[in-house]
Amino acid sequence: MSVPILTLLILFPLLAALITALLPRDNMRLIKGWAFVAVAIEFGLSLYMLANFVPNTSQMQFVEFYPWVPQFGISYHVGVDGLSFWLVILTTFLMLIAIPASFSEINVRVKEYFIFFLILESALLGVFVALDLFLFYVFWEFSLIPMALIIGIWGHEQRIYAAVKFILFTMAGSLLMLVAILVLYFATGARSFDLLELQKTIVPANLQPWLFAAFALAFAIKVPMFPVHTWLPDAHVQAPAAGSIILAGVLLKLGAYGFMRYNLTLFPDASQQFAPILVVLAIIGIIYGAMTAAVQKDLKALIAYSSVTHMGFIILGIFVFSQQALSGAILQMVNHGISTGALFLMVGLLYERRHTHLITEFGGLQKVIPVFGFFFLFVMFSSMGLPGLNGFVGEFLVLLGSWETNPAYAAVAAVGVILAAIYLLWAYQRVMQGPVTNEKNKTLPDLNRRELALLVVMAALIVLIGIFPDYLLNPMQASVTQLLHFDAVAGLVK
Amino acid sequence: MSQYLWLIPALPLIGAIINLLVGQRLPRALSSWLAVAFMAAAFGVSVSAVANLFALPPEERVIHETLFQWIGVGSFSVNFAFWLDPLSAVMILVVTGVGTLIHIYAVGYMEHDSDYARFFTQMNLFAFMMLVLVLADNYLFMFLGWEGVGLCSYLLIGFWYNRDNLSVGTDEKFLSPRSSGTKAFVVTRIGDFGFTLGVLLMFWTFGSLAFQDVFPKAQAMFQVGAPVITIMTLLLFLGATGKSAQVPLYVWLPDAMAGPTPVSALIHAATMVTAGVYMVARSHVLYSLAPTTMAVVAVIGVLTAFIAATIALVQNDLKRVLAYSTISQLGYMFFALGVGAYAAGIFHLVTHAFFKALLFMGAGAVMHVMNNLIDMRRLGGLRKIMPITFWTFLIGALALSGFPLFSGFFSKDEILADGFSRGSIVLWAVGVLVALMTAFYIFRGVILTFGGKPRWKEGEIISSGDENAHDEHGARGLHPHEVSAVMWVPLVILAFFSIFSGYIGLPHVLGENWLGNFLEPVFHETPIEISAALEWTLIAVSAIAALIGIFIAFRFYFSDPKIPARLRSYYPGLYSLLANKYWVDQIYEYTIARPGRWLANAFWLDVDGRIINGFADGLGRAFRGLAQRLRLLQGGYARGYALAMLIGIVVVIAIVVMRP
Repeated sequence: MSVPILTLLILFPLLAALITALLPRDNMRLIKGWAFVAVAIEFGLSLYMLANFVPNTSQMQFVEFYPWVPQFGISYHVGVDGLSFWLVILTTFLMLIAIPASFSEINVRVKEYFIFFLILESALLGVFVALDLFLFYVFWEFSLIPMALIIGIWGHEQRIYAAVKFILFTMAGSLLMLVAILVLYFATGARSFDLLELQKTIVPANLQPWLFAAFALAFAIKVPMFPVHTWLPDAHVQAPAAGSIILAGVLLKLGAYGFMRYNLTLFPDASQQFAPILVVLAIIGIIYGAMTAAVQKDLKALIAYSSVTHMGFIILGIFVFSQQALSGAILQMVNHGISTGALFLMVGLLYERRHTHLITEFGGLQKVIPVFGFFFLFVMFSSMGLPGLNGFVGEFLVLLGSWETNPAYAAVAAVGVILAAIYLLWAYQRVMQGPVTNEKNKTLPDLNRRELALLVVMAALIVLIGIFPDYLLNPMQASVTQLLHFDAVAGLVK
Repeated sequence: MSQYLWLIPALPLIGAIINLLVGQRLPRALSSWLAVAFMAAAFGVSVSAVANLFALPPEERVIHETLFQWIGVGSFSVNFAFWLDPLSAVMILVVTGVGTLIHIYAVGYMEHDSDYARFFTQMNLFAFMMLVLVLADNYLFMFLGWEGVGLCSYLLIGFWYNRDNLSVGTDEKFLSPRSSGTKAFVVTRIGDFGFTLGVLLMFWTFGSLAFQDVFPKAQAMFQVGAPVITIMTLLLFLGATGKSAQVPLYVWLPDAMAGPTPVSALIHAATMVTAGVYMVARSHVLYSLAPTTMAVVAVIGVLTAFIAATIALVQNDLKRVLAYSTISQLGYMFFALGVGAYAAGIFHLVTHAFFKALLFMGAGAVMHVMNNLIDMRRLGGLRKIMPITFWTFLIGALALSGFPLFSGFFSKDEILADGFSRGSIVLWAVGVLVALMTAFYIFRGVILTFGGKPRWKEGEIISSGDENAHDEHGARGLHPHEVSAVMWVPLVILAFFSIFSGYIGLPHVLGENWLGNFLEPVFHETPIEISAALEWTLIAVSAIAALIGIFIAFRFYFSDPKIPARLRSYYPGLYSLLANKYWVDQIYEYTIARPGRWLANAFWLDVDGRIINGFADGLGRAFRGLAQRLRLLQGGYARGYALAMLIGIVVVIAIVVMRP
């Protein structure tokens, strides 16, 4: 591959951020327009990658390798395979949604806002394509800062508390991960931070559980898994809409991706050992998140807790070591990004109109804004896994794979599907149905053209993935098989 | 042969898409008749498809069409594919045939509603989903239709989403349409939970979800009574109890009456609620291997038939009488399935689709001209004002009662005969008792609605219980009249079938069971062996039960109308039990809903709020305290790093925020 597409994907947003910094501060239209053009070009770049991706191999593709600090075995090593491929495209796609979604909400410090978003995009893509643990860690921590700033500066009333909580939780995890990365460097004798090199070595059995736990804690907080999920509702409730779209759509996926890419391949024995614990925590998260979502008074907190449920399905799918479940988990990452992204987008639209997320402030909106109501319900059904829409396929594959491992896993997790109907439909009922009781709600404007365009694109994807999921599932199969191979070998060694 | 089966569901889907996109901008008539046209077209294609099927030799009657693979991962693969055999042929004819008539009726029924495009979008979408359900060649695609009809049911029950209370002129308080819709979806989803698990178990047992793989493998791999098949069939049956409103999940169907009446006729009587019956009949190979499940199905069926019929005895709302009647009749169908009389169950499904759709549409006609008044205590005397509605309703009532020579007579009789010879005499006896109650409650309905003197006044203004109801009817005084042709023509056609559809399944002693023979290649049933004398006796018993029920209804509500009140005062406990529907809604509320809410709040406020956040905040405080004490002594790497990053971020925030 002659075009260094991954480096372009990482560097272009930084370049775009730099250009944004040079634009005149007062020309908001120019800044917004340029930010949109930038993420559109970036999305185009990811489509170039899509067009050139070879589906039937587990080999890393678009690989670039340059020594960075050779004396410490640190290199700039990037590549994508079936595990990371769709997540890269999900990221560039959601940025394409998030940027225009901010156009009317953000009117102060506009320039900085879009600069941070572009830096964030670069960092997120870096996490997904990095194949060197040091490089990975740099991007991982780097992604934290712009998100914390977006919450802390453009968030709502309690934004500073939420931003600090977000940082403290995620940092607490990632610091241990840093220690584990250093231990890995010394203990394996590989004297390298290169992921593919480290995968070839066998991490000493007595170290595996500790290193696994350190990585797992960092990833579990990011996902977030029960019981380290409590930063998420605060972060979401306070974040601006576009921040929530990227937080739920992409940031949470970093944790799930980390589990797949690092825990499963570097510590296969420990993965086997710890799997039941993670599965149980995931299932608790599914039920707990869904029940808690049902009693939320704030729409954004409700969707945040629904993310805990959905991410529980994803972690369950990863740790039952099944072709179907793992494929379902990856697909579900994409699905959750689109559906929950769309939900946060729409709650943001309500916020722009009424400056509140409180469910009791609404009621009867379907009469006032029917087009919005249609899309809101549509996305909710996607989120609750209606067959024919995207969410069903991922959820079903996870359940299918889990059942093979242990029917009880699938049976308890499937309760979450019932609960999803309760918390979402009850919320819809209270927000959109019934008489319009609040005077302020009687004159809300329905979707404008920009909002409609964003939602039509997302709704179309929801249907397309629901009907043609194979298009997404096929390219990941070789890598999923390869990933399960690590685990199978570990099983034999045991 | 070129592929065309996909057209059958695709046509109403196209109708739904057109009405979704531009329907509200089209004139009302165009939007409505467009929906009808797509349904009629689907009916036309169905008829020709069934004709093609019929042209095949009986044992080869399957048309199988595969569109493309839906999901394929590893060993798992499932297609979008259609399967037309005699069983699905019967179903598509009922769905598109009765469906078309109900669509036509709805053109008249919804003539005053400004949201006509949304209504017809959802009706056509429902038809699409229902046709997918009955034409799918595998359980997962079937599940797509299964959930899809649930979606449409939810949407249409809550069609009048902004009203609090639809009932007019009555003191009874029913659930609002929006709550009813949510309740219906959630309760049926409890059943779908079972269905999903059943499908998972099926795949890991047979390595496929396609009918053509599962059924032969089941017969080859398992003996009768194999535990795995018993569990699988019980899980699938849980799905059926949700969708087909059986004990313990029937509670959503009475509240579903909050939807417009054509919806009640189409979804909650003729088609969707029979999905569970279809699914069990479709899976008959599996069920026949699981005698335990079969017993459960039969007992649940009879129990449901009984409970619902007893509740129907005392309802005042005519639509709710019909709703409980539907639950009860579905119970009969499961009774038939449970004793292995699959063809009898499907037979009753067909006749019931005709006469129950007819009854609902008759009740709807009354509501339409009585300004939505449907409380029978305030009706009466409509016989002369609405003669067509009255006579067709009467035909429906006779068919439902099992009055000799009407359709319901033959189908119910077949179930009872099969129940007697293959089931148990106790179940049969309860079935006969239910038949008696059925005849009673429906004639109570006929007499109170159409008979006697009016209990309303011409020009009277009926108070609506809901000030949000800005119905065009609301303010006008009562002026009942016969409904227009667009509404009565479907009634007349359905009345015709309510009489004559019984003749496709005559009992042995009277002639040929054409339907049974048609379905024979699917079910391979061994005919029951009972003597002609016994068969005549059973026919006589069920006929007499119907006549007694009708007689009592006339005695109670026509010749001696003081009896009901007297009975109520003699047995106040029993009356209260029935009037309050055995308190089942309340029991569910206090044992499931409230503890669930309490637990959810405990999770949120106590576990999340106090314990986890409390711990995190405490840790944060301790960390800060420790940091202050150690600040000068020791440059802890982790602490410094975290602190530096935090300070950095605070500084950036400060810079950005402070700058003008």
